[in-house]
Amino acid sequence: MTLKYGIKTAINGLKTNKSRSLLTILGIVIGVMAIIIMMSLGEGAKQLIVGQIQSIGPKTITISPGRRAKGPANILSTFSDSLKEKDLEALKKKENVPHLSEAMPIVFGSATAVYENETYQPGILGLTEFFSKMFNLYPSQGRVFTEDEVKSYANVAIIGSKVKKELFGNEEAVGQKIKIKNRNFRVIGVFPEKGQVSSLSFDNAIIIPYTTAQRYIFGIKYFNSIIVEADDEKNVNQTAEDITNTLRTSHNITDPDKDDFSVQTQVQAMEMINAILNVQTAFLTAIAAISLIVGGIGIMNIMMVSVSERTHEIGLRKAIGATDKDILNQFLLEAVLLTVIGGIIGIALGAFFSFIGALILTKFTALQWTFTFPVFAAILGIAVSAATGLIFGIYPARNAALKNPIEALRYE
Amino acid sequence: MALIEVKQLEKIYNNGEVETPALRGVSFNIEEGEFTSIMGPSGSGKSTLLHILGFLDKPTKGEYRFDGKTFNDYSPDEIARIRNKKMGFVFQSFNLLPRTSVLENVKLPLIYSGIKESLWDDMALRAIESVGLSHRIDHFPSQLSGGEQQRAAIARALVNNPQVMFADEPTGNLDSRSGGQIMELIEELNNKGHTIILITHETYTAEFSKRIITLKDGLIESDQIVVNRRISKEHFIK
Repeated sequence: MTLKYGIKTAINGLKTNKSRSLLTILGIVIGVMAIIIMMSLGEGAKQLIVGQIQSIGPKTITISPGRRAKGPANILSTFSDSLKEKDLEALKKKENVPHLSEAMPIVFGSATAVYENETYQPGILGLTEFFSKMFNLYPSQGRVFTEDEVKSYANVAIIGSKVKKELFGNEEAVGQKIKIKNRNFRVIGVFPEKGQVSSLSFDNAIIIPYTTAQRYIFGIKYFNSIIVEADDEKNVNQTAEDITNTLRTSHNITDPDKDDFSVQTQVQAMEMINAILNVQTAFLTAIAAISLIVGGIGIMNIMMVSVSERTHEIGLRKAIGATDKDILNQFLLEAVLLTVIGGIIGIALGAFFSFIGALILTKFTALQWTFTFPVFAAILGIAVSAATGLIFGIYPARNAALKNPIEALRYE
Repeated sequence: MALIEVKQLEKIYNNGEVETPALRGVSFNIEEGEFTSIMGPSGSGKSTLLHILGFLDKPTKGEYRFDGKTFNDYSPDEIARIRNKKMGFVFQSFNLLPRTSVLENVKLPLIYSGIKESLWDDMALRAIESVGLSHRIDHFPSQLSGGEQQRAAIARALVNNPQVMFADEPTGNLDSRSGGQIMELIEELNNKGHTIILITHETYTAEFSKRIITLKDGLIESDQIVVNRRISKEHFIK
């Protein structure tokens, strides 16, 4: 029997029981749809996070205090105060870290900000003037503070769009005085809306010189982290190593297991997040795949019914010259056709719901979520549904093929 | 060499511990071009004999040669091929595929024949014409009378131009008028050179053939030439 005729026969067979065929493939449709949605959302999340990390730049290296958490027991070490001014000085020395182009300490926390009768509690970020270049973040009004203002503990602030709205409404903010922890600050700049880098949102933040933040706002002598930029992408790994060695010397650490800081390049951060997301996506997809198995059992069940209903037809076909293989192929083709149709519908529905999901996420969150149609998932969906048809169709099809033509013809 | 050679054929059905003999030593030859009826009451073994002759079943003992060869000379696929190319089957209950047009039903054996698809339509149309059903090619079996359905089934049996046509009670489900027409058609086909083996329990139907083999309890009771053949166009009354 030719493939063309086989497909024609299979379509006729399915048409005979349209509503039954449709109900049967529902399991496959739902299974493939779930897989597509999981993979599409997973891919979207990955692109979002990777995109945000990349916006900081592949040349950056983040130094965090405390050992990198290796389990729940280590979580407390995040609050370590091991990064101090002397470490920053050491890092900036050319002989220690030759490829370092910039090093910026970060101090953060939250405090109450007051303007006239308005009170608001934004996040406070203490940085150097270099943040603008590093985060590609520039005020839409006013200016960034200068190196001198950082050195001189100046009381100047650049405020995020949301902070501006809460404190000033539609009034002009630049040049006004606000109180942070009862200390007067002059607003010198306002950021445009959606100033978001990595997991930090600047809409809801006030940026002040880190020196001022340490001394007057938080009263601390350490940094929450240091961001280093290497002079070239190819020197990032070397620089990360130099930083580690410099800090070990500065902290008198000889045993690497006792490090009280951790150094992570953007590439490492991205790899880590990728790994986590991949595991998560795979896990969710595996759960979605269970419905494919359930769907496959449904297919097997209905194929058994179909074979039994058409015993007479099988007997006739065999009597007029169909081989066992012809009969096997006929029913197998019918099962595969059924599941592949289910797979195609599932892919279409999955893509549709992923798209709707992306729209909703973009509309109701501040995330720059992009809809991605995972071509790989679509191919996988077709392949998996075809395989489901083969696996769950082979048993009923074999049953059909092995029927004795005399018995089959006598069967009423 | 005869087309069909049957020597001391025995068939015993084994249902667990009970052995039921259906054929107990049957011998005959059928030459090409013959029109033979196999008669007998139910339980006489005629259906069993037809299944063996049609390579649908194997004998327990004895020998059956079709075109000089036995069942065991062929692989299962070759058996299917012989049923497809050299044998045509007509059944009591027509066995047409429902919701499938007459043309598609008649084409069915061609699907398994290995013949080029471009030739199928011509072959099927010629077979349909030979049974006088050309005006019904696009009809479904449910839209046809019993007699027309049996004609379609005969066209299907003929489409590959087989060496022999087996007809198993072809008039059993028909009224006497359509039954008569079907018998006339079969007789006509024999006149054109087709070898026909007819199974029936009706003497009247059997008398259309040239030779009657009568079975009883698994043995041949008689094997004789029909002296007073019913000839075509004679009115058929059951």
